[in-house]
Amino acid sequence: MKITLKVWRQKNSKEKGQFETYSLNSVSEDMSFLEMFDVLNEQLIREGKDPVAFDHDCREGICGMCSMYINGRAHGPMQGTTTCQLHMRHFNDGDTIVVEPWRAEPFPVIKDLVVNRSAFDRIIASGGYVSVNTGNAQDANSLPIAKHIADEAFAAAACIGCGACVAACKNSSAMLFVSAKVSQLSMLPQGKPERESRVVAMVKKMDEEGFGNCTNTGACEAECPKEISVMNIARLNREYIRAALASEEDV
Amino acid sequence: MSWFTHMMTSSIGKKVVMSVTGLFLCSFLLVHLSINLLSLLPDNGLLFNEAAHFMSSNPLIRTIEIVLFAGFIIHIAQSYFITRSNQKARPVKYAVNAGNANSTWYSRSMGILGSLVLFFLIIHLRHFWIESRFLTELPADSNGTPDMYTLMIEVFANPIYNIIYLLGVFALGYHLMHGFQSAWRSLGIMHRKYTPVIQGIGIAFSFFITLGFAIIPVFFYFFRQPNQ
Amino acid sequence: MSLDAKIPEGPLDQKWIKYRSTIPLVNPANKRNLEVIVVGSGLAGSSAAATLAEMGYKVKVFCFQDSARRAHSIAAQGGINAAKNYQNDGDSVYRLFYDTIKGGDYRAREANVYRLADVSTSIIDQCVAQGVPFAREYGGMLSNRSFGGTQVQRTFYAAGQTGQQLLLGAYSAMMRQVGLNKIQMFSRHEMLDVVMIDGKCRGIIARDLVSGKIERHFGHAVLLCTGGYGNVFYLSTNAMGSNVTASWKAYKRGAYFGNPCFTQIHPTCIPVSGDHQSKLTLMSESLRNDGRIWVPKKQNDERKPTDIPEDERDYYLERRYPAFGNLVPRDVASRAAKERCDAGYGVGKSKMAVYLDFADSINRLGKNVIKERYGNLFEMYEKITGEDPYSTPMRIYPAVHYTMGGLWVDYNLMTTIPGLYALGEANFSDHGANRLGASALMQGLADGYFVIPYTIGAYLADEIRTKSISTDHPAFAAAEEEVTKRLQSFLSINGTQTVESFHKRLGKIMWDKCGMARSEEGLKEAIQQIRTLRQEFYTNIRVPGSAFEYNPELEKAGRVADFIELGELMCIDALQRGESCGGHFREEHQTEDGEALRHDNKYMYVSAWEFKGVEHDPALHKEELNYEVIKPSQRNYK
Repeated sequence: MKITLKVWRQKNSKEKGQFETYSLNSVSEDMSFLEMFDVLNEQLIREGKDPVAFDHDCREGICGMCSMYINGRAHGPMQGTTTCQLHMRHFNDGDTIVVEPWRAEPFPVIKDLVVNRSAFDRIIASGGYVSVNTGNAQDANSLPIAKHIADEAFAAAACIGCGACVAACKNSSAMLFVSAKVSQLSMLPQGKPERESRVVAMVKKMDEEGFGNCTNTGACEAECPKEISVMNIARLNREYIRAALASEEDV
Repeated sequence: MSWFTHMMTSSIGKKVVMSVTGLFLCSFLLVHLSINLLSLLPDNGLLFNEAAHFMSSNPLIRTIEIVLFAGFIIHIAQSYFITRSNQKARPVKYAVNAGNANSTWYSRSMGILGSLVLFFLIIHLRHFWIESRFLTELPADSNGTPDMYTLMIEVFANPIYNIIYLLGVFALGYHLMHGFQSAWRSLGIMHRKYTPVIQGIGIAFSFFITLGFAIIPVFFYFFRQPNQ
Repeated sequence: MSLDAKIPEGPLDQKWIKYRSTIPLVNPANKRNLEVIVVGSGLAGSSAAATLAEMGYKVKVFCFQDSARRAHSIAAQGGINAAKNYQNDGDSVYRLFYDTIKGGDYRAREANVYRLADVSTSIIDQCVAQGVPFAREYGGMLSNRSFGGTQVQRTFYAAGQTGQQLLLGAYSAMMRQVGLNKIQMFSRHEMLDVVMIDGKCRGIIARDLVSGKIERHFGHAVLLCTGGYGNVFYLSTNAMGSNVTASWKAYKRGAYFGNPCFTQIHPTCIPVSGDHQSKLTLMSESLRNDGRIWVPKKQNDERKPTDIPEDERDYYLERRYPAFGNLVPRDVASRAAKERCDAGYGVGKSKMAVYLDFADSINRLGKNVIKERYGNLFEMYEKITGEDPYSTPMRIYPAVHYTMGGLWVDYNLMTTIPGLYALGEANFSDHGANRLGASALMQGLADGYFVIPYTIGAYLADEIRTKSISTDHPAFAAAEEEVTKRLQSFLSINGTQTVESFHKRLGKIMWDKCGMARSEEGLKEAIQQIRTLRQEFYTNIRVPGSAFEYNPELEKAGRVADFIELGELMCIDALQRGESCGGHFREEHQTEDGEALRHDNKYMYVSAWEFKGVEHDPALHKEELNYEVIKPSQRNYK
């Protein structure tokens, strides 16, 4: 296949960027989207040009490192699929594909398509955990957890922290990411003791980082490669309101 | 009260404010429409005038009116601030953005739809509320009640106003279509069994309000010409 | 230096319990002044960092990814073993210990493996307490599944994403300490050297991958939790960034490298689809429960698999191993697939694949049952290949996915460099010559949560008088200069070939000659070819850009350079070990019917290699393995 790529190039966080156009003449339909970029980079290096920087690691859709806004969509056109799992057979010969980095104030561009997502780490550090030191644990089966609760907690915990929700949201809101972690831990008995302080701390941190506000468009859910439900956002809201209004604890 | 200000200034607190005021305004719409529909009765607007007069003279309603205005102002001001900060969260826009692939156009256009509604609201207030309350004394109808009905006939005789009203009402309809169910979600009201019910009610409510309000100017334009 | 594994005295089941209670302690006031560097943030690194910080040590954590949560532990699918015996099916610590030793083909240390089995139960408790959402039964109790090489159900799992959930648990515990300012986190940093002062490891040199700045970091002790080196084969199931550099720098500074040739080839991976292929994807071992593996009886058969009649199919595993059939261990299944493909019976475009067919199971159980069991795997297969495995057989082929070898460590997990430790897949580990499924997660977390927090005391208790050493110390300056020079040398070669192309060539040599089957002749050739490749690498690579910017090509150059040297060591080790065991199959050493043949009388030891210079052969040190409890025997699956 012949593919034309319009790729965002930006030397570093300080300099301005622009689109560059590249043609690839022999793209195999069995290639993944990132393997096409490997081929492009090989070509650029041989031509003495600077290869395109992009984030990637596991290439099996679980580490959450790959990003890319492809033809106006986070992780490209396929539902429930990360960029690394997107294959070229979903494109047509002669297509022009526009590739941009995630765009959000809290995700500044590092270079080309690489952005800094450490805001997510800081949100987790603010409360996305159960405070249990190693060695403190009781027997794993001492607290039975209903299967549907465990399943629901797992569905929320499946978040890979890639940031597609922020990228796809017209407001750059991180609510889906935050709600997934809050949901997981507030549903499980192990997370209940810190339920109130956790949600308040994480929302506070999220706001400080400069993410936008949720307007419930549902774009995050539609673009999430792990199909995390927006119902988690409703649960986050409920948890927050509960912590702020109903709890006697000063949080 | 620091916990309260903390909450109300957080992102979720702001959403709570939007949804509480929004739902309150929905209840107002319901009352407003119920009374307006009386104007379609074939009694030369007598019952409608009575209801309108009650709404503008009853001391309790007058008090609620202040709350209503506050609700409007908070809803509008808050949305302005939220929109501004949301825009700041993405200083560099995408060159290509396929929004329709993941969300409805009206859910992404609440600000524009809301602004259209506000524009319409100002005209609407000028036509009826300001006109009847501050500028002119309405003449009495055959029952001796102030005759709002005739004022309606005069306003809706103008085809341009009619179009503005229809635009305003449809903007409101789409605003509600997203806003109603979104408000419940913002309040954290979510349940596998009942959320679909809320969504259904939201759609029904949006249709009812839109069609109900739309039918009135059209009806007056075609069937209730001014006497002169 | 003699190789002393420092295994405690006493009966096997008492060694750890007794030792743990007698290791010197460090008092809380002193812990605050002791700094520990953790390199790598996978299961071993995150769990160790979190626990050490909870105990009061000052910890710095480094990872090359943009977030600690992305470490490759996250990709583990199947599960984690623990001797909980929740299923009441006769499991015990001893049984897990025995299965692991046997699965490792009797090339692991008894005392270490027993400790691993012993602490396995605490791991599950700890993870559940952290909110890891393991699969549960309707009654609310934890669910277990069975896995290869065992007869009990002891594998805990979270759908097909167990590694992810365990890592997020450890990551959250670590981030909690970051939030409490007990841990300093350095993401997008790569360790490029260890710093030695007076014979002890005292810190590292790291590069900030975003700015390119070279940094010096002091630590009283350094923990390498940097994973395995499967990417030496270029194509493997490892993440693109997985590399050997940290371990290799340690090796070059004097840490011995244990059993480098022990690599595990997983039989069920999605085959290579073309030259563009950058990595391989594993399909869980569990598929072999309901899938039948076959190739056509005719060579180069071009028909569609569904058009080939039953009597023209060769179900070669069922034919060769009637007792275990499609469920033979990983190494056996892998070699059998290679044998068929090499003989010209392979399928697919590349002819390097065999069929894994679910048609019989779908007929017998119905599509829905199969969907329930393997739905997510089938989806993943379809995403990658574009073929629907419900209607046409999967094509699979073996691929590298784990390395049992790694830095040699003693019972305390310390390498031969004082103060330098290796945890998880980075050490030569508890898996001997072959790892059982669902044991990698167990080992990483055992090392991090329950072993190192105790054993590090044995070293640090004597370090309380050592004040923080300034990074202006000449040893830091010298190490930094070496690193800088090396980076500049890559940039200044300015040849014609990309780093990637060298990596591919290295991978091909390794896969062909040091992969599933190895021979004396092939290994000798490989060593020569790798040496030539190394010469060419240092004269003909082209690395664009500069060292003072975000430069992934420069990172790759350093990693591939180390892989090339490692590849040579692996071949040397494979050549030296004149037997077949576990993942190491020497063609000269097989039984009459082509099975692996161990020589316990000659090779019952761990090979620990000492670096003697790039141009010199490494020196071999042997750690004899003494089996006090288990009697080694030959494996048989017929």
